[in-house]
Amino acid sequence: MADKKHALISLTRVTKAYGSNEARIFALRGIDLSIESGEFISVMGPSGSGKSTCMNILGCLDTPTSGQYKFGGVEVSHMSRKQLATLRRFYLGFVFQGFNLLNRTTAMENVELPLVYRGMPPKKRKALARKALEQVGLAGREAHTPGELSGGQQQRVAIARAIATTPSVLFADEPTGNLDTAKSHEIMELLKQLNQEQKITVVMVTHESDMAAYSDRIIHFVDGQVADVENGQTPTAKGGQDR
Amino acid sequence: MIRNTFILAFRGIRRNVMRSVLTILGIIIGVAAVITLVTIGNGTTAQVTQQIAAMGTNVLLISPGQRHGPGGAAGAPNFSVKDVQAIEQQINDLAGVAPAVSASAVAVAGNQNWSTSITGTTNDFFTVRNWTIKAGRTFSQNEINAGRTVCVVGDTIRVNLFGDTDPVGQKLRLGRVSCQIVGLLEAKGNSSMGRDQDDCVIMPMKAVQRRFSGNKDIPFIQVAVKSDASTTTASAAIQSLLRKRRHIADNEEDNFRIMDTKELATMLTSTTKTMTALLGAVAAVSLLVGGIGIMNIMLVSVTERTREIGIRLAIGAYEHEVLLQFLVESVVLSSFGGIFGIILALAASFGGTKMLGIPFAPDISIIIIAFFFSAAVGVVFGYFPALKAARMDPIDALRHE
Ligand SMILES: Nc1ncnc2c1ncn2[C@@H]1O[C@H](COP(=O)(O)OP(=O)(O)OP(=O)(O)O)[C@@H](O)[C@H]1O
Ligand SMILES: [Mg+2]
Repeated sequence: MADKKHALISLTRVTKAYGSNEARIFALRGIDLSIESGEFISVMGPSGSGKSTCMNILGCLDTPTSGQYKFGGVEVSHMSRKQLATLRRFYLGFVFQGFNLLNRTTAMENVELPLVYRGMPPKKRKALARKALEQVGLAGREAHTPGELSGGQQQRVAIARAIATTPSVLFADEPTGNLDTAKSHEIMELLKQLNQEQKITVVMVTHESDMAAYSDRIIHFVDGQVADVENGQTPTAKGGQDR
Repeated sequence: MIRNTFILAFRGIRRNVMRSVLTILGIIIGVAAVITLVTIGNGTTAQVTQQIAAMGTNVLLISPGQRHGPGGAAGAPNFSVKDVQAIEQQINDLAGVAPAVSASAVAVAGNQNWSTSITGTTNDFFTVRNWTIKAGRTFSQNEINAGRTVCVVGDTIRVNLFGDTDPVGQKLRLGRVSCQIVGLLEAKGNSSMGRDQDDCVIMPMKAVQRRFSGNKDIPFIQVAVKSDASTTTASAAIQSLLRKRRHIADNEEDNFRIMDTKELATMLTSTTKTMTALLGAVAAVSLLVGGIGIMNIMLVSVTERTREIGIRLAIGAYEHEVLLQFLVESVVLSSFGGIFGIILALAASFGGTKMLGIPFAPDISIIIIAFFFSAAVGVVFGYFPALKAARMDPIDALRHE
């Protein structure tokens, strides 16, 4: 999908407004952003600065009020609903800030779901789902439903669901928000590994600079705008590539 | 893709056990109630129609007493053989005139006994009552004229006194009167009033008058009018004849009654029609209640389902896949409920009709209507909220509250 001439993802003067008339507030006030294929990006910023709003737009779940969003050089607003669904199905993975798992559905079935929509045969998708749950440290919890899992465990199911498909781009909205430090680092190692070995582009929102340190670049949001972009350092030797 | 849709639909049903069970229950109640009530209503109508046909629609029942009110025979004289002859000779278009004298006695055959009623009449009785002889014969002219103690028995008498042996030619003792059985009547079943019509012994009138009632009075005359003639005309003619014969002045009321079975039939039919309509109304209400139940269940879960659809869309489901899944889910639940409801209704109405002793006559069109109405309710309320949600942006569906 990614064409060498274009950045994988590019936002130009993207705004997002909620409400109408007097009650209208801008969650995004003109975002310019370009992400290359294979990058590991962190997004940081105070609460309410528009990080989730931006991630939803990047994940093709929401549409910007104005501005351009190009994915692989193609203007997203020109795509049909079905094309967007295809994009989400085959190229994107999304970890929601609020998990968004199906209730009363086992971890296994939750993780399997995107693979079902990809039309994968049962044996293969079960194997992949099991592997993804193992990777996030939930082996043995396959048959548990979200109601039977802790917040952190639910969050890891949500991560497993997003990585089981090996997407081209993984959008993760605070993927370690409910995890302890040790678990957070494990997850970051996993994302880093997927980024390096599977060439998955990762865009992650985080509040912790420890986690942001795993990434190649950190984008700081303030009040719906990109305030600053810095290059991160990797805490371990095997860390990120320079760009 | 179709396979996956079915997998997802069944997972949906399994996940929402309560919702699924309640939906099925709503449909079962609706379908079963409608089919059961209508089937029982139809059975009743069919039975009444059968009984009217069995009674013969062109029959006039003549008895002494006031025309209106429950007075009965008090003070009013009975009829005589001359009255019967006068009707036979002077009234046109009659198929038969059967006088009837009744008595009751304990019938004994072998070591069995059975308390029954005896009717003394002529062979016209069989014509008027539209009753055929199953075995043996009717009375001979000689037996009628001489008042011989011979009899034709109803099927209940055979069952209770003779079992499987042929009663024709056997002896039957009625009280102290010994009597020869010459014929057996076809079984007729219960009358519309619930009386066992087959529990009877028919004898020549003179025999009953002589051996049982001890006088020559005739308390009851049944007249059959030819099928192409008017019962109203015949009734009026008999009325004026009897008034003359009983010396009733112009300003006096009749001291006898003529009841037209056609009137009776109309009355009974309209009663059963009213009943069926009433049952139908009750059934419609239960269908509606079932439908509202389903609607409630579906509306309560709209938020959850909208969010669920948001999740599916977000991880790459196509709109049509989500819709198909929910359609399959509702169709499966609705048809399951519908089929279960039909089975339940057939069982219940079979039991009900057996208990009421009416014919079991299920109506295929009402079964189809009830099934499709309920299925439609299930599908509409299961599908439309899904349709709305599947058309939203994923994020809007996810945020739905
Ligand atoms: N659906 C919505 N309707 C109205 N306002 C909204 C909606 N979603 C977000 N907002 C507003 O947009 C702004 C940005 O919200 P967003 O969720 O993007 O913040 P965030 O940076 O992800 O914050 P956090 O770190 O707390 O998750 C907030 O002021 C929020 O109130
Ligand atoms: Mg957020």
